[in-house]
Amino acid sequence: MTNPVYFLALESSCDETAAAVFTDDRRILSNVVASQTELHARFGGVVPEIASRAHLRNLLPVIDESLRQANIRLEQIGCVVVHNMPGLVGSLMMGVSAAKILSLALNVPLIAVNHILGHIYACQIPDSRPMYPCIGFVVSGGHTALFHCQDPLTVQFLGGTRDDAAGEAFDKVAAILGLGFPGGPNLEKEAQKGDPNAYQFPRTFLKEDRLEFSFSGIKTAVLYTAQGQDAKISEKIGSGPTRANIAASFQRAVVEVLVSKAIQAVKKFRVNRLAVGGGVIANQAFRQLLIQECNKYGIELFIPPRDLCTDNAAMAALAIEKYKQGDFANLSLDAEANFI
Amino acid sequence: MKQITLTVANLQETEKFGRDLGRYLLPNTIIGLNGPLGAGKTHLVKAIAEGLNIPNSASVTSPTFGLIHEYPSRLMIYHFDVYRLPNEEAFVDLGAYEYYEMGGVCLIEWADRVKNHLPEDRIEIHITPVDEQQRSIQVVASGTISETILERFAEKLNGSD
Repeated sequence: MTNPVYFLALESSCDETAAAVFTDDRRILSNVVASQTELHARFGGVVPEIASRAHLRNLLPVIDESLRQANIRLEQIGCVVVHNMPGLVGSLMMGVSAAKILSLALNVPLIAVNHILGHIYACQIPDSRPMYPCIGFVVSGGHTALFHCQDPLTVQFLGGTRDDAAGEAFDKVAAILGLGFPGGPNLEKEAQKGDPNAYQFPRTFLKEDRLEFSFSGIKTAVLYTAQGQDAKISEKIGSGPTRANIAASFQRAVVEVLVSKAIQAVKKFRVNRLAVGGGVIANQAFRQLLIQECNKYGIELFIPPRDLCTDNAAMAALAIEKYKQGDFANLSLDAEANFI
Repeated sequence: MKQITLTVANLQETEKFGRDLGRYLLPNTIIGLNGPLGAGKTHLVKAIAEGLNIPNSASVTSPTFGLIHEYPSRLMIYHFDVYRLPNEEAFVDLGAYEYYEMGGVCLIEWADRVKNHLPEDRIEIHITPVDEQQRSIQVVASGTISETILERFAEKLNGSD
């Protein structure tokens, strides 16, 4: 048996600074995210610091921690991986620069991975069932996007949101309803107390062929339902059954659209496999409807465990596929804001 | 300082306003957008981007989570959203001052929250919902570039009446 190749991966596309160590046979040896460790508490509390400076400060401790947890020395790393797109260019550059330096210093290959495709590949990491070809669906605070994935690296963008991402809609509706931070989980909790059929909120594009989403209309509809026609954002509604009913009805509408569009894409491309990544998959109503509908239509569903859903560096294990093909980046690698 | 106020009856009229304004924008234009959740700030940015001849306006989406979206068009568009930022310093840390001078157009949602770090030469747009459809839009320009833009835009607006 040959020795495994150890990969060190870095993520700094938005709020999170993260590092992970994995092997070429998809074993995740460590998966460290700055905000989820005591490291973050030591440096500044729970509000994510959204700045290149924070990434700069977090990167080295996070890398050290990922090596320590994996019980690997830096010299054993055989390949350095970084998410270079999409995201905030200034933040991405921190990870990209660090990865270039490490690759140069260790004299090992450098691989650039698309963060969004990583969210899809995260479904495959712990799952031994063959996942490709499939429809990949990324549903997070910043993205709501469908892809036709022939294999991990041959991916076609089918469509995404035209305005707000699903996770963002949850957060903003939570703000409208006065549910505080963190919006998504609080809204889900509130929804459990309410009647999902109390209000009929718009299900934009639901009956149309296009594989696109729009959640700004439902956000406005909730606003005017909660606060009347002369809506003033400062006038929060109370915490009574109306609020729970609005939360439940909103969640039902969003989840229905998400699941219907995913199923629609699966049918259209006749792939019969659906891989759903991103933070919104933590929502139980979404997860349950996905499971129910996939069972109904005989679709194989792939969902990653929680620590691989939110932004992390282990999902950059997609680099293993690029490594096999010798698809390496060089030191002119740049950060890119957009994924298409 | 120059200022205009107009009322739009619905989303289509908001879009027309945005497209028209987009045609007049110059390099290094900074536009601050203000208005409550659901006022239509992102929609307006999409329309302004169309006025700047963006190849695919569907790519204009809310940057609440991503913080800055970048779109190539007649001028490079830098679409900011500061809704989620914990303080004004975080906005500076994003490199705001560098973006102001990159020759593109900066569109900043919730700009009131970072007003100490907006350049003097800027256009401020305040969107006030009248009802679910109707919006009152106030446009205030200060500084040479911004006033020139608003002057030309207002001429066109009056000319077409």
